[in-house]
Amino acid sequence: MNDAPNFDRRSFVIGSAAIGGGLALGLHLPFGPDIVRAADGSPEVNAWVVIRPDDTVVIRIARSEMGQGSLTGLAQLVAEELECDWTKVTTEYPTPGQSLARKRIYGDMSTGGSRGIRTSQQYVREAGAAARIMLIQAAANEWKVPAAECNAANSVITHQASGRTITYGEVAEAAAKLDAPKDIKLKDPKDWKIAGKGLKRLDTADKLTGKQVYGIDIKMPGMLVATVKDSPVRTGKIKSFDAAKVAGMPGVKKVVQVGDSGVAVIADSYWRAHKAIEALPIVWDPGEAGKVSSASIANFLKGGLDAEQAFVGNKAGDAKSALAGAARRIEAVYNYPYQNHATMEPMNMTALYTADRCEVWGPTQNGEAALAAVSEESGLPIAKCDVHKFLCGGGFGRRGRVDYVRQAVAIAKQMPGTPIKLIWSREEDMTHCGYHPVTQAKLTAGIDAAGNMVGFHMRISGQSISASLAPERMDPSGMDPVVFQGLSPNSPEGNFGYNFSNLLIDHAMRNTHILAGFWRGVNVNHNAIYTECFIDEVADALGQDKLAFRLKFLKPKHAAVLKAVADKAGWSTQAPQGVYRGLAQYMSHGSYVAACAEVSVSPQGTLKMHRIVAAIDPGHAVNPAQIERQVAGSFVFGLSALLYGECTVKDGAIEQTNFDTYNSLRIREMPRVEVIVMPSGGFWGGVGEPTVSVAAPAVLNAIFAATGKRLRSIPLMHEGIRTV
Amino acid sequence: MPTLIVNGQSHNVDVEPDTPLLWVLRDTLGMTGTKYGCGIAQCGACTVHINGVATRSCSVQLSDVAGKEITTIEGLASNGVLHKVQQAWLEHDVPQCGYCQSGMIMAVADLLKNKPKPTDVDIDAAITNICRCGTFQQVRAAIHAAANA
Repeated sequence: MNDAPNFDRRSFVIGSAAIGGGLALGLHLPFGPDIVRAADGSPEVNAWVVIRPDDTVVIRIARSEMGQGSLTGLAQLVAEELECDWTKVTTEYPTPGQSLARKRIYGDMSTGGSRGIRTSQQYVREAGAAARIMLIQAAANEWKVPAAECNAANSVITHQASGRTITYGEVAEAAAKLDAPKDIKLKDPKDWKIAGKGLKRLDTADKLTGKQVYGIDIKMPGMLVATVKDSPVRTGKIKSFDAAKVAGMPGVKKVVQVGDSGVAVIADSYWRAHKAIEALPIVWDPGEAGKVSSASIANFLKGGLDAEQAFVGNKAGDAKSALAGAARRIEAVYNYPYQNHATMEPMNMTALYTADRCEVWGPTQNGEAALAAVSEESGLPIAKCDVHKFLCGGGFGRRGRVDYVRQAVAIAKQMPGTPIKLIWSREEDMTHCGYHPVTQAKLTAGIDAAGNMVGFHMRISGQSISASLAPERMDPSGMDPVVFQGLSPNSPEGNFGYNFSNLLIDHAMRNTHILAGFWRGVNVNHNAIYTECFIDEVADALGQDKLAFRLKFLKPKHAAVLKAVADKAGWSTQAPQGVYRGLAQYMSHGSYVAACAEVSVSPQGTLKMHRIVAAIDPGHAVNPAQIERQVAGSFVFGLSALLYGECTVKDGAIEQTNFDTYNSLRIREMPRVEVIVMPSGGFWGGVGEPTVSVAAPAVLNAIFAATGKRLRSIPLMHEGIRTV
Repeated sequence: MPTLIVNGQSHNVDVEPDTPLLWVLRDTLGMTGTKYGCGIAQCGACTVHINGVATRSCSVQLSDVAGKEITTIEGLASNGVLHKVQQAWLEHDVPQCGYCQSGMIMAVADLLKNKPKPTDVDIDAAITNICRCGTFQQVRAAIHAAANA
């Protein structure tokens, strides 16, 4: 069905401002008119902080949690400034509808690009500080003393002179009536006591006992369950389906068309819906795209490697002349395939449509985009819609899209008044994704007679994610700036680490009918392979040490993380017998990262990844223990992609349908990951994604060190590499 | 009508006999702690114990398990006291998104029953569950901690 990105972010912001205030959070209870209250009647000190009479501190979290831990990190930042008792902290999600009704008070609720903490840290810390100031003021008012004579710690306010104390819960009601302070001074991070510490996550206990409710677990009175089949070829359509064939199957309630490309069975249980849709005769029209294959896509991209027209993302000096005049040229061609996010929890969403309201419940990384989609698909004004976010069973960028939200609403609209939980099968999930984009790259380095590198050209050919999903991010020239993640000159998001005098990085855009999507790490994953493996090739061709060669050109913060991993891994010392090392560095999502991999490869091609030393400089480290876990996990994600990640195209459709054909790293294959968290201050970088980028190139470079063979085609399962 | 014994309680289940145990648990009994991940016994998210043996419930039919003792994640703790695997998971802050962890914990509980002090090699052989967040390093540490608890 139509998943066109016709939701325009800018018009959404304008639209949301126009709708304006009025709707308070939760129920309207008979309390004072000036206080906004949570559903249980407890007062909001401000929109981010609710304090209950029993001193429980409820911190509102606008960003989505999908395992990355930013729910805990954001709560730490608020609690730090609030000076509250961490053991009394709990969290809740405001809904996008509530935020919109309050003039978008919670800011951007989307959760992607490793932005959850870094782009909201300032205002959530200010919210915590503002609440603290108001609570202290309320206590001072009660005691009729100046607020300056009072301080707060651990949810208790103390008047120093008299020794009187009062808890936050006792003054929250009075504090909520005060005006918000104007001047807010945030703490210096070096004075942090809650933030900056490796605290445990707030959301663990229910994940251990089966109590945690994910979207797929939702139960509602009278609820039915639907499952869907959309055209296997993305741009294809439905020709016909024979609902009568399955109408009499157990539990089947209705068979409905979904848009012009999908069909769903609604039944009284998932399994019955699944059996019926498997039995349902469906005829598809694949259209022209039905002729596309992986081979035709590879050929299409290959043409871009030498094409005249290309968008320039980074340029210094005159690389083309330098290469033309070089005494010697080194050249290599790499490629990177389509890959699926494969979140453990398949796409799902529960929707309830009535003539005057439409709501959905389930996992999303972008609640506001989901809300816009609910409004569009239901045909109801946005004020009559809402989205109730649930913990995501993995996200990795997949749940930033709203295709499955639209489907859920389109299905529920055909059974008004009945809540319907749409669950995708794993097979539907594997074959209907916004895939990690497919690219190839040709890299050329020019060497002068004295053995100096005098020119460097990276030509990327392949798909643009923005063209698929976010056309508003495209440059008017037709260029997609996002293609150049980690390759840009002086970008705080990800600048190219090397100072090369004659540099050219350009992109020949080659889009296919397969939808490209934001996939944990996004474009840095292939860009880092192209950069870091080719640099390794050049250093090798020049007979230079791989670390020393890089350091000759690297900018300081890039160099610092690389040196840190080299030092810890013992780069200057001999590795154990049969073990070989590879290096990689990159800048991604605002953070500097590096890795040193240690591997061995048997003569039969059996790869053992022994150890990874990884470093990250995210500027500020809100929770080092959770950063270590994110970094370790990112290697499972990145190395799964390196070894197994490939979605191939046949007759216009994705061929891999489940984990038997789209494998993921198991515990026996995972290297030990030692993590260096080295925040250098002065900026706020992301954590969830950056280190994915260095996983593959560090291991590829180590494999070269072990075997003398450059592997330039991902995934390695096709390159004669197997794991122990 | 087949009878299922889940966490010590008997249930009469009126669904087709070829329904996978996973979906009987989730849809019929409303016990959603056991997760659907792949449906083809690849990922392990649906792991439960059947007569004490860790089994992927997506690939076992209702007719195969009638009358057998089934333990799910909801029944692993006893009398409100966490199983030592759950306790170790809590102490090591293992889960990220958590979706695969019900199955992971059930697989590990079975491993420790058979091999109370597993080596890393034992863990590698026994634990084949997929975790896309990549919690394996904490999983391994927590298994050793549980074994020594």
